[in-house]
Order: sequence, then C-alpha cells, then structure tokens
Amino acid sequence: MSLPLDPIIEVTGVQNAFGSHVVHHDLNLQVMRGEVLGLVGGSGSGKSVLMNTILGLREPQAGTVRVLGTDIASASPCALIALSRRWGVLFQNGALFSALSVRENVKAPMREHTDLSDRLMNELADLRISLAGLEPDAGAKLPAELSGGMRKRAALARALALDPELLFLDEPTAGLDPIAAAAFDELILELKATLGLTVFMVTHDLDSLHTICDRVAVLADQKVEIVAPINELLRSNHPWVKEYFHGPRGRAALGGNGQMGIGA
Amino acid sequence: MANAGLQLTIQERGVQTLVIPAGDWLIQDLSLVDERLVELRNATQAINIVFDFSQLSRIDMAGAFVLSRLVRDGAYPNGDFHFEGEHPYARKLILAALDNSNVCPMPKSRPHFRDILIRAGQAIDDMWQDLVGTMAFAGRLFQTLGSACMNPSRLRPASIMSVAEEAGINALPIVALLSFFMGAVMAFLSANMLSRLGMSLFTVDLVGVMMLREMAVVITAVILAGRSNSAFTAQIGSMKMQQEIDAMNVLGIDPFEALVVPRVIACVLMFPLLVFAAMVSGIIGGALVAWAELGISLNLFIARLVEVVEVKHFWVGMSKAPVFALIIALIGCRQGMLVENNVESLGRRTTMSVVQALFAIILVDALFALVYMELNI
Repeated sequence: MSLPLDPIIEVTGVQNAFGSHVVHHDLNLQVMRGEVLGLVGGSGSGKSVLMNTILGLREPQAGTVRVLGTDIASASPCALIALSRRWGVLFQNGALFSALSVRENVKAPMREHTDLSDRLMNELADLRISLAGLEPDAGAKLPAELSGGMRKRAALARALALDPELLFLDEPTAGLDPIAAAAFDELILELKATLGLTVFMVTHDLDSLHTICDRVAVLADQKVEIVAPINELLRSNHPWVKEYFHGPRGRAALGGNGQMGIGA
Repeated sequence: MANAGLQLTIQERGVQTLVIPAGDWLIQDLSLVDERLVELRNATQAINIVFDFSQLSRIDMAGAFVLSRLVRDGAYPNGDFHFEGEHPYARKLILAALDNSNVCPMPKSRPHFRDILIRAGQAIDDMWQDLVGTMAFAGRLFQTLGSACMNPSRLRPASIMSVAEEAGINALPIVALLSFFMGAVMAFLSANMLSRLGMSLFTVDLVGVMMLREMAVVITAVILAGRSNSAFTAQIGSMKMQQEIDAMNVLGIDPFEALVVPRVIACVLMFPLLVFAAMVSGIIGGALVAWAELGISLNLFIARLVEVVEVKHFWVGMSKAPVFALIIALIGCRQGMLVENNVESLGRRTTMSVVQALFAIILVDALFALVYMELNI
C-alpha cells in the first residue's frame, strides 16, 4: 500500500523519564495520513507513556510532538481544544463517564464542540452507537451495566462522535473474546475504509497486527527500533522482534491467518 | 485545509426534488441545514429525492446521516435514481448511515404525583432498612471481634497502627485547634453575660463543665465523622470497585477481619486520647480568654476549676468517647462495603456515611444526656 507522505503525527527526539528510570530516549516516530499504525513493545516499554505524550496528557522532558500540524507543548489552550475535536481516543478501559448513559456519553463531545440541536445530537449519537456495533437498547444503559466488550464499543462510539481524522486506540481488543476481537478489527477496517481514518493503536493482539495494521512500530530499548509493514518485520533480525513474532503465539497467529485467509 | 462553507440548494425538477449539497458537510456546521432538511423530509416523498454531489467537497458521517434521512423511508433508499454527480465517498457514507439508522429506545420519564409518594415511601423504608442493616453489621462486627480476641494472632497490629496514626495522631492538631477556639468562644460569651451579673468567676465553671461533659467529645466526634469516617468509606469503597474485596474473599481472607476490625479497634483506642486533648486545649482556650478579658489569672482559674468542677464530668465525657468511635468506624466501614461498581455510588455512599455518622452522634449524645440526667450524674 502506497501512502502519501503527509505525517499526521510527528514525534521528534522525545525523552521521558520517571526519576532516574528512563523510559524513552531520543524517540522518533511518524504516522502518515490514512494509515493504521500498530505500536508493539514489551510490558513496561512505555507504550502507554508514548500515547499519553502524543495526546498531551504527559509533558516529555525533551523533544517535540506535532499532531495534525499542532505542536502539543507550545499550543495555546484554544488550539488544543480545536485539536481535541479532530481526534478520537479509545482508552484501554473505555473511560466512559459512569454517571451518564451510553447515549449521553456519545453526545458529550458533540455538546462541547458543536451547536447542534438536541434532537440531531440524539440521532447522531444513535448512529454512532449502531456504527460501533451496539444494539439500540444499549443507548439507555449506564456503563456499569455493560459487558467489557460492549463498553469498548460504547467508548469507540464516543471516540467517533465528532468524525475525527485521527483515532487513538489503546489495546482495543484486549479482554475481548476472539470472535468479538475479530469483529472489532473488521469494524476498524470498515471505519477506515468509509471515513478515511488514520489510526494509531497500541496492541498486543498479533491477529490485529496482521489484519489491520499497515505498519507496525516496535518500541524497544527506549526508542522506536523499527517501523515497517508486518511482512518486513517478520524478516527482521532484531532479537526482541524475532522472539515476539516467531515465538509460539506469533507463529500460531501467522499460521491461523494464512489458513483462514483473513485480509483486507 | 480551509473550510469551504456549507451550502444547500433545493430545486424542483418535475416531480423530483433535487438536493444539491455544496462545500464541506462536516459535523460542526450541520446546525445550519438540519431544520431545513427535516422540513423537506416532511414535505416530500422519499422516492422523489435526488442528490446531486457534483458541488460537494468534503462530507463526514454526520453530514451523510442528515442527508440519508431524506431517503431512509423510501422503498429503495440506496436506489441509483437517488444519486447524481460524482463524489468519491459520499454515497458510501450515506449507505453506511442508512445501515445504522437505529433509534435507541429511551425510558420515558414523566414525573407523576404518584411517583413522589412512591419515592417518599421508599425513602422511609430505606431508612428502616439502613437501621436494620447497621445493626446487622454491628452484630457481625462484634462476632468477628469476639472470635479475633479469642485468637489474638488474627488481630492485625500493623493495620491497627496505621489507622491509629492516620485517624488518630494526624487528627490531633485540628482537634486541638478547633477545641481551643470553642473554649475561647464559650468563655467570651459567658464572660460577657456573667460579668453583667457580677458573677464573672462562674465563667470557669461553665467552660470547665461544658468542655468536659459535652463539647470536647462532640467536637472530636464531628471532626472524625468528617475526616476519618469519609476516608473509611472512600478507601473500602474504592477497594470494592477494584475487586480487592473479591480478591480477599477468594484468598480466604475475611474482609471484615482485615478491613473493618482494625479500623474499629484503632478508632476506639485513639478516640479517648483525642477527646482528652480536646478537653485540655478547650480549657486552655477558656483560661486565656478569662485572663485577657476578665483578668482571672491562670492560678485562680485552675484553683477554681479544681474546686468546683467535679471529676465525674470528665468521666461522663470520656464514657461517650468509645461509643462515638464505634459509631464512626462502623458507619464508615459499612457504607464503604455497600459501594457498587460505579463512581456515583462511591460519592453517594461517602456523603451518606458522613450524614449518618453525624446524625447518630447527635442522637446518641442526646440519649446519653437523658440517661445521665435520670441517674443524677
């Protein structure tokens, strides 16, 4: 797949440390418009820290982060608010507002950023709920009444509420059964095809990596070691990458994919 | 990318209605055309709608949705005759919107007079259930406490100590400070009134008796109800939300023994000490005001205190301390255990725990007063 060279996220020379424990050192990463980039790395390698840095939830000790052309560190509050309506974020545990129904959750960003009428917001919220693969009766439920998979979908509906150009997914398929996880992958692919989304996703799901990621970034030794399509990664000689993709689980995912012929 | 303004042109073409969206149809601008489109949908047959996309630049899912409503109820919503003009993805988005046009059913909420009665009844029943529940909780506490005392190795000195430090020692400065001010205020008020009657020395009696019998223990209880009781509820409640209580249960650890008993023991041990500190600093506050305002020297104050204020007042105050401590720890822990798996319930339980504790303290204090009055103590 050829990609236009238009970086939508640019991370340059980022340094993150907790006390004396350095998580990222001189980390560089670019995400291009229209691609699905998967970020992998061992536990504790700083995947979530990197995502939080890109989202501006954490200020790096050094380096710059540009998202959709905005420098996160130096942007004015106004510019950050404008930015926040162009991206959607799916947190690992959904991070739904527990006091609000699913429909109200999806309406929350619309309420903040648009002047749509309540009726249209309801209609649009129901559209997203359906688009995220939830049954209509989920709309009236509170997050506490949903199963883990449904919570993820509701959170996705909220992330999509403003038709973002850029979608962040933090382990979207973790905790889902294989059928639900495959359906979630399908959903992301479908959304990418219809809405032209750029997706940045942190995942450990080898099937997701094979099925939906255009490129995979490997986070190891405090920086992004390799960014490449999965087929190239499989040929890499980096010890951690080899272990990751050619270990028993990696081989199983690879084999399974071949047999079932899932692919975009 | 600069936004090309959103425009909508509607033309009649014979029996058909030509809908020509132009510019960028993105979610933030849709309020401009929403009303017009709804009116159009009500005025025309879905089958006669024709979209012309030739002037459309960008469109998102929300934009596609507002257009899709026009053809949704027609016989062939995705029929080719609905679409004219080339656009890379507008029709695909409209199709996706059509596929997902479900309306979420919402429960109707029309307040009714009957509902008010139902809620009032429910509230009274809840109060009763709460009382029964608290008694049951106290029963279980005494049972666990009893069996733990038979086997003291099951008491947890480490957690008792940490609660004693947090709820007891760390509360000392605020308890002493507030009690000091209360003593000073009481001395001020009584000095003001009594000196007019020429009985300013009675300030000492008043401050002494009030502090020892009532004020010190009630102030301490109120502070602890706000400080420790809410902390207990929040701690145990968030442990419950994180499934820590479930983890204890499956590991064979009795959460009652691990969480409730240490808090109760620590409170009951530390509370009398706090009350003592409150008594002392309250009387100091009174003495300072008496000296500054009435010229009663510290020596005279102490001499008068020893002479007129019987030691039984001290014991009356002290006798309430363990009871109040028990109430505070009990209610805080019980409400924590009742937290469900959502933030709202954590907030509600914390509020409820403070309110119930304050209510119970005042009520029990009144009961004590009645009993001691009957006993002539």
